[in-house]
Amino acid sequence: MKRKIIVFIIIAVCYLLQTTLFEWLAFASISPNLLIIVVASFGFMRGKKEGMFIGFFAGLLLDIFNGSVLGFYALLYMYIGYFNGMFRKLFYPEDIKLPMLLIAGSDLSCNLFIYFIMFLFRNRYNFNYYFLQLMIPELVYTMVVTIFLYFAILKINRKLEAIEKRSASKFV
Amino acid sequence: MKRKPKFILPTKYILLIMTGVCIVAMLLCFTLGISGGPLNTVAGYVFIPMQKGINSVGAWFGEKSDNLKKLSDVMAENEELQRQVDELTTELNTIKLEQYELENLRELFELDQKYPSYDKVAANVIGKDGGNWFTNFTIDKGSNDGIEVDMNVIAGSGLVGIVTDVGPNYAKVSSIINDTVNVSGMVTTTSDNLVVNGSLQNMNENMVIEFSNLNDKDDAVAVGDAVVTSYVSDQYQQGILIGYISTITTDSNNLTKSGTLTPAVDFEHIQEVLVILNKKQTAES
Repeated sequence: MKRKIIVFIIIAVCYLLQTTLFEWLAFASISPNLLIIVVASFGFMRGKKEGMFIGFFAGLLLDIFNGSVLGFYALLYMYIGYFNGMFRKLFYPEDIKLPMLLIAGSDLSCNLFIYFIMFLFRNRYNFNYYFLQLMIPELVYTMVVTIFLYFAILKINRKLEAIEKRSASKFV
Repeated sequence: MKRKPKFILPTKYILLIMTGVCIVAMLLCFTLGISGGPLNTVAGYVFIPMQKGINSVGAWFGEKSDNLKKLSDVMAENEELQRQVDELTTELNTIKLEQYELENLRELFELDQKYPSYDKVAANVIGKDGGNWFTNFTIDKGSNDGIEVDMNVIAGSGLVGIVTDVGPNYAKVSSIINDTVNVSGMVTTTSDNLVVNGSLQNMNENMVIEFSNLNDKDDAVAVGDAVVTSYVSDQYQQGILIGYISTITTDSNNLTKSGTLTPAVDFEHIQEVLVILNKKQTAES
């Protein structure tokens, strides 16, 4: 229960920062994608199931306030959480290479998917432009933010796991 | 007594079920045009107050970072600004002429009576789209203030967009520079109709949006002409300024023209908007 509340708070804070503060701090009208960092991190830290649900709710939040169709972002983020969950066995907290790689991959595939569904089908063929001017800048900016946000999430997750272990050992 | 092991559904199946839920939600959205409903209400009351608060902090930070940027680039910017002053002075002269022309035309069209008589409600922009693909934003007034879906949103004198979804205390606005949006417009000087469509690429590169299907046989439409919303549009009120034509080219079919126009609204720094409470009356409604 405690975990659910804290995860909800993390999602809420990141969503709020993403839609307000970082929109103001956008470089060349590109802002980072904080929610994808949260979804991907919880995916590979906690496994498929939790990644999936966190992705679903983070996406739902985007759908309600920003999306044009309810369910689109929820579906996309849910799959991102799920696929990141597959890498749980490879994940070691001390190693930052895999998390960075996974978050970068998630952000890029998320944007590619949006491009294919929302732009390519409407005859916007200039892929190079969108790739170089939109996806890559967002990727770089997101990676910069990841360095800070990932360690915060990692710390919170460790604290939570420690608390859960303690309360579990009480009942044995 | 042996206890039954608790049945746990494998994650794969949960994923499938949730995928189904999402797809059904999307289909319902497309076919019936419904949106969140109670979800909107709950989410609205949880997030909107927080968003308002943080947005003011964000605005402060934005201002500060702008200040820093100005300090370091002040020399280069000064030069740039000087050049801009000259440019703007000439522009102002053309605009003055245009305004005179516009006023005359408004009198002719009796737009004067229609335009200011709309009921408007002022609202603040409190959040922008989370991603970089679209320019939607959230405003801090909703159905409690009488806002409904399909109401037009303006800022200053120009058209910003249209309300696509409302909650009790917030509304989602889709702007006219969105890549997916088309608006029927009309050139004020010749009252020729055209279609304005948003373009992400053109907006990011040159701060312009595209128009097409302009039927102008006599070459009467010129760069700088004002484009307003047309009477043929079924969503937008007539006579709201969209922008000024910046380039015109003749299409390969030699019949129609297309080009770009500069929007009248500065979409980067939009903070306060007005929502027109009158909705366009159409045959259906």
